[in-house]
Amino acid sequence: MERRVVFTGWVFPALLLMPQLAVTFVFFFWPAVQAILQSVQRQDAFGLSTRFVGFENFAAILADPAYLASVEVTLVFSLAVALLALAPGLLFAVMADKVVRGAALYKTVLLLPYAVAPAIAGVLWQFLFNSSVGIIAVALRRAGIDWNYVLNGRQALLLVILAAAWKQISYNFLFFLAGLQAIPKALLEASAIDGASTRRRFWTIVFPLLAPTSFFLLVVNIVYAFFDTFGIIHNVTQGGPANATEILVYKVWYDGVVGLDLGSSAAQSVILMAIVIALTAIQFRFIERRVHYA
Amino acid sequence: MKRTIIGAALAAWLAVPAVAAEPLELQWWHAMTAVNADRVNKIAADFNASQTAYKIVPVFKGSYAETMTAGVAAYRAGNAPHIIQIFEVGTATMMAAKGAVKPVYQLMAEAGEPFDQSAYLPAVTGYYSTADGKMLSLPFNSSTAIAYWNKDAFRKAGFDPDKALQTWPETLDVAQKLRSAGSACGLTAGWISWTQIEQFSAWHNIPLATRANGVEGADAVLEFNNPVVAKHIQNLAESQKDRSFDYGGRTTEPEGKFLNGECPMIQTSSAAYGIFKAGAKFDFGMAELPYYPDVAGAPQNSIIGGASLWVMGGKKAEEYKGVAKFFTFLSQTGLQQKLHEDTGYLPITKAAYEATKASGFYEKNPGREIPVLQMTAKPPTENSRGLRLGNLVQIRDVIAEDLETVFAGKSDAQPALDDAVKRGNDLLRQFQKNTQQ
Repeated sequence: MERRVVFTGWVFPALLLMPQLAVTFVFFFWPAVQAILQSVQRQDAFGLSTRFVGFENFAAILADPAYLASVEVTLVFSLAVALLALAPGLLFAVMADKVVRGAALYKTVLLLPYAVAPAIAGVLWQFLFNSSVGIIAVALRRAGIDWNYVLNGRQALLLVILAAAWKQISYNFLFFLAGLQAIPKALLEASAIDGASTRRRFWTIVFPLLAPTSFFLLVVNIVYAFFDTFGIIHNVTQGGPANATEILVYKVWYDGVVGLDLGSSAAQSVILMAIVIALTAIQFRFIERRVHYA
Repeated sequence: MKRTIIGAALAAWLAVPAVAAEPLELQWWHAMTAVNADRVNKIAADFNASQTAYKIVPVFKGSYAETMTAGVAAYRAGNAPHIIQIFEVGTATMMAAKGAVKPVYQLMAEAGEPFDQSAYLPAVTGYYSTADGKMLSLPFNSSTAIAYWNKDAFRKAGFDPDKALQTWPETLDVAQKLRSAGSACGLTAGWISWTQIEQFSAWHNIPLATRANGVEGADAVLEFNNPVVAKHIQNLAESQKDRSFDYGGRTTEPEGKFLNGECPMIQTSSAAYGIFKAGAKFDFGMAELPYYPDVAGAPQNSIIGGASLWVMGGKKAEEYKGVAKFFTFLSQTGLQQKLHEDTGYLPITKAAYEATKASGFYEKNPGREIPVLQMTAKPPTENSRGLRLGNLVQIRDVIAEDLETVFAGKSDAQPALDDAVKRGNDLLRQFQKNTQQ
């Protein structure tokens, strides 16, 4: 016999749900509704005059080459960050999984970057690569590479990608390590007895079994690169040179907070909101189903 | 026993407002850091000590852009400060916000404070006045762009360290020779759009935009893609190739390149003087901006940068009275003279300038008069009075973006300037649309 606790009315459960609902409403739904409202209006900075303009803001953004360039930068940036954060994360996890002595120490050290705030990470990397005073920049210049990310867009993009990926490696490491430890040892032992090499065992057993974790991390990393890297960009390049590092979320901030163009900024954040909803839907539909929760 | 004490305390607390009137608090939001923040606090403390009716409360709100955004957000939420420091590029936005701000000339008249606009330096107040000369905000910290050079580096390369360079051809030539003599770079420039496009245009008496650079109307159209500016930017781009000119970033970053000796020449704000004075391990000189001798009318006069104090709208008459008294206090000759001598910012009243001159300060500190002279040498024309362009913050970034493509060798000057003008005009039209009531 299964015993279930059943609420007799709807008032008590509703009360229990209230705090969570209130938080969701105040911090998610209300701002989202505000953003949607703003996105179909044009306003001066002080809100003294407001006009309803329909989808004019969206049309203006989508026809703006600067916005399309920003979309392209965002795609390159997030894919590069995701890959550069996933591959070393996996490598470190596989290595750390094998370590017997001092395992805790290695794991702690590998997790440290995650504790660094994005803004601080940006500043650290900037110190290393600053064109005038950075040690690595000076070394690069001695080696004959003309390092000047203030003027060279590709170098600037590379720099923010490295800084953003570096910070995320720890997070991926942690999930991969957990994923590795969930793989049944019997499978690996059986294949070892059959004479499969370490490399072969990794590609035919470990990697496929890690696929759900990898897919989950890919989505999380892309969302991270889309939104959480603002601090890095703001501190290192401010979106420059010539917009080479202006990702979508930076443009939303810039147009809204610096430019005080709320209509356009709101329209851009509505588009970002749609992207997040789409990513979440993909996450739930295609990935959650295949994840095996042991 | 205990109850009596609490009762007495409560009674005392209730009685206080009735006995001694608390001074009326007036919020002053500002964007000054370090030494300049101390100065703001000192001014407020001195004013508070000078009378008992009002208390100015200075609050630091971050960078110029952050302070402005904070002010806008506070106004929307219905709790704006009384006084807010707004950088010069925000002028058009504040001016367009009729009702959200209280023009200074109106404030002073209503409060019955003595206020004579002709006591202020027109080169400074022109930027913050209407087309017919009514002062809208009170200039606080004003600077202009000047040239600095590293005398030690000049000496080492065999140039006369005491001779200021006057023209652009000379400057570019010396920059190249310094580079050949082993310097990592010759010349750099801070605030690239401000020094190389905005100041450059005023200094050569050519319009940046129509309608007297926007002062006469919001329908101004940018036109800095003219042959003079294009030639200048192309010259800088050529020099960038061998690093005799080296671009170093959009705002103050290039100042580091001057300070560490990398670039022996820089053009940047006169307010950088304090930083150079404190940090430079070499002798440096200050000079007027160079000009192209083949441009008729050059040099004209340079324009200001910096910030002014705006009074927000919707406050009580009593509070405005306090703000007016504070503005009178701020305009005192002694205080203005001290501010000017300590900071490298310009004096805002004629009396303060005269007093500084009479004190022999400029003889003892050669070069410190350069910014004032450069701004006041000639009466301003409609090309050199100031800028009043909406969305100027973004227009500056658009210009910087396009200049970056030129300096990176990806574009020639003319197409890049054409692009900047086109995108800048879009921003102007958008501002015009957003602010029409």
